[in-house]
Amino acid sequence: MAKKIVVDPIPRIEGHLRIEATLNESNVIEEAYSTGTMWRGIEVILKGRDPRDAWAFTERICGVCTTVHALASVRCVEDALGIAIPTNARIIRNLMNATQVTQDHLVHFYHLHALDWVDVVSALKADPKQASAIAQSISPWSKSSVGYFKDLQQRLVGFVESGQLGIFSNGYWGHPAYKLPAEVNLIAVAHYLEALDFQKEIIKIHTIFGGKNPHPNYLVGGMACAIDPNSDTAINIERLMMIKKIIDDTNTFIDQVYIPDLIAIAGYYKGWLYGGGLGNYLSYGDFPETTLADFKTLLWPRGAILNKDLANVIDVDPRDSAQVTEEVSHSWYTYSGGDGKGLHPWKGETTPSYTGPKPPFEHLDTTKKYSWLKTPRWKNHPMEVGPLARVLVAYAKGDPMIKETVGMVLSKLEVGPEALFSTLGRTAARGIECKQTAGFMTHYYDQLIANIKTGDYRTFNSERWDPSAWPEECKGFGYTEAPRGSLGHWIQIKDKKIKEYQIVVPSTWNASPRDVNGNPGAYESALKGTPMINPEQPLEILRTVHSFDPCLACASHLFDMNGKEITSVTIV
Amino acid sequence: MQSNQTFADLFRARGVSRRDFLKFCSLTSVYLGLSPSIAPALVEAMENKPRTPVLWIHGLECTCCSESFIRSSHPTIENLLFNMISLDYDDVLSAAAGHQLEAVRKKIMKEYKGKYILAVEGNVSTKDDGVYCMVGGDSFLNILKETAADAAAIIAWGSCASFGCVQNAAPNPSGAAPVSDIIKDKPIVKVPGCPPISEVMTGVIAHFHTFGTLPELDHLGRPKAFYNTRIHDKCYRRAFFDAGMFVTSFDDEATRKGWCLYKMGCKGPTTYNSCSKIQWNGGTSFPIGSGHPCIGCSEPNFWDKGPFYERLAAVPFLGSDSNADKIGIVAVGAAVAGAAAHAAVTAVKKVKSDKLGNDKA
Repeated sequence: MAKKIVVDPIPRIEGHLRIEATLNESNVIEEAYSTGTMWRGIEVILKGRDPRDAWAFTERICGVCTTVHALASVRCVEDALGIAIPTNARIIRNLMNATQVTQDHLVHFYHLHALDWVDVVSALKADPKQASAIAQSISPWSKSSVGYFKDLQQRLVGFVESGQLGIFSNGYWGHPAYKLPAEVNLIAVAHYLEALDFQKEIIKIHTIFGGKNPHPNYLVGGMACAIDPNSDTAINIERLMMIKKIIDDTNTFIDQVYIPDLIAIAGYYKGWLYGGGLGNYLSYGDFPETTLADFKTLLWPRGAILNKDLANVIDVDPRDSAQVTEEVSHSWYTYSGGDGKGLHPWKGETTPSYTGPKPPFEHLDTTKKYSWLKTPRWKNHPMEVGPLARVLVAYAKGDPMIKETVGMVLSKLEVGPEALFSTLGRTAARGIECKQTAGFMTHYYDQLIANIKTGDYRTFNSERWDPSAWPEECKGFGYTEAPRGSLGHWIQIKDKKIKEYQIVVPSTWNASPRDVNGNPGAYESALKGTPMINPEQPLEILRTVHSFDPCLACASHLFDMNGKEITSVTIV
Repeated sequence: MQSNQTFADLFRARGVSRRDFLKFCSLTSVYLGLSPSIAPALVEAMENKPRTPVLWIHGLECTCCSESFIRSSHPTIENLLFNMISLDYDDVLSAAAGHQLEAVRKKIMKEYKGKYILAVEGNVSTKDDGVYCMVGGDSFLNILKETAADAAAIIAWGSCASFGCVQNAAPNPSGAAPVSDIIKDKPIVKVPGCPPISEVMTGVIAHFHTFGTLPELDHLGRPKAFYNTRIHDKCYRRAFFDAGMFVTSFDDEATRKGWCLYKMGCKGPTTYNSCSKIQWNGGTSFPIGSGHPCIGCSEPNFWDKGPFYERLAAVPFLGSDSNADKIGIVAVGAAVAGAAAHAAVTAVKKVKSDKLGNDKA
């Protein structure tokens, strides 16, 4: 007789996510169902507003991957209005994006994901001498003395003895799925705290260019931060040196802390290769060296992979109405032409219609509609997006930087490339990518200096700032690869106002419910077949769901001011 | 203070007798405006449980408040989590999930009845039984009511929980409401901003931890220590405003010289926050400092106060802001008096006030 378990709330993510799963007699997950339980309606709110303001509204979709919606938004408005941004603006946006990915991945690994692999309480039993020896054997990182680990352990003991465990309350400590020796747990706890302190430094690059973080400021047409080496208020040498120091420190931290920890921890779990899931991967690509339209110059390449076939990377065009579609057969909406008919975001519709049980409730009826998320599909295939998808597309396309890092990680772990198709592979891909984007930060800093040296201080193109220079009607598409995957914004502008605005977000791809043919989404597929040691303590579910880095910020859908729904988009 | 030290330990270590400690506690309760009967509870709390339990719940939000919180440079988050509060329930950092996590919330509510702080990030969805935001199979609306019932006080993080913010902007499709619309019988500290500055957030907690009382609040429920003056009043570009020297296009010569962004739509003159003083991310910069006008993200209804890049003179002022506007005009008038360039600004303001804000000068 199948058992049904529910995990809700799921912490250490962004937003509200629920997982229901059925287990067989051996406690192996037979089916899993992913539910987004929140809806905010940002696109509704955008209608009729000034397109130049859209970045600020959409940026508030997510405060964890803050900036990514602002970036996709200014890109789609510029695409619609035909605005070419200055070289400095392209470089600064790329640098901010690389900063975001690097900081976000680091925070994900240590603060959102590590506790699925690291037993904090076990660290109390560690021998600080041995911890120090291990730490020094895997990395030149300087904070690795016996005294350092001893002091940390004493603080931990004091914390635990206070009887108030705070964020560690009621964790699954002692769960047999935890495999790390006490000393490695102690090292990981030390770096949990160090990364918590360090992440706030990385992000200061956003503050320098965008004035604050979370939610730095962007600008349609470029960036608002002026550059002038001879000004006491613009980006000058003091600001540049601060950026340079942050970039250097970030690369050191990733190389000496994150990557060695990732490899050390993964080494103890390489027998746990569950969670592969769909085997279909999608990336829009990002980090343009010239313009966004010239996607052959993207440092993160564009492409799709089906059925783990790395020999065949398929071309992707998100503007093509036959490629990206959304349907609502299992979502709390209805479509006039039938809920199972996939519609391109340009032609979407949204009629919110909650048919779930009235809260409070025990279970959802997963044979019917069960999520506020829609179901996006690429050429009718469910797709996984995010670091693993990007790394695989780059790897399959022969990107030398990715091939080298992937090769290094696989050889250190003594596993083959097939190990990448797993929860652990997803977690490793995030680390591999983080090392790469930290390198991008240096690359863009060098580009910025080189461009300033030519005497080019421009950061903004004012030609079409004034709405009088705009066409009567136009539409645009903007994309980015957010830390969690492919993100697209579609805008239509009419009479100088936003007519329609539509967004399809990474976590909608990954967390989507089943489609009309009963095919599960990426989370649902990845959880299937996972054995659970103790279903009461769903550590294995958390591992796999967290490996996607869920961002359930909002599922918003467009309808007109009278409450009559016209068009849609799911944001999650 | 060491993590495993109680206040009583600390007092003993400093040579304070138990008798004096008890006296301190009863005086503190008087100082806090609490009934004398609460003193024993305070004694117990300070002797045995040095860290105040905090339950941090999330409604309709984007988690930017939590992200800002962990950026704090002083106190650091580690210090705060280890020595000041016990963050027993938090969607972002908690290790436990599902019913184990919910069990922690219920346990704290029971064991620390009337003594825990409830921190709320996000709006409450009030429409259709709250189905637009559900947690653990219940509506966030129900969870908020349940968790607030026995809280000592509530901290409303960010513009969402304080006033509304983005999902509450017109036409507010999910029926998003601030905490104070739902909870009427508890002290609520509003810490607006999208997000609030990290040191302001941790400052509110540190204030409570250090002084044993909630910070003094203004008429909108915001801590005076952080929301007492307008960004404009302490802006380093204020001198350019007073001199009538304005940026008129992003990336023009005036932009590079750091002139005033008022004509680019800066909402600094009507926004109460500490951005121009404390600044952001450890004092690194703030929006105006990086060349972008303030969008007024800590003010009520800031999303619906007109396009961000339209200068204030053309923006209609609503609700509580009408005061700020009047104050602003007086301040502008006073500041500009006597300076040659002022005549123009004052004239603009005069026209504007004469025409009830309809003039687009």
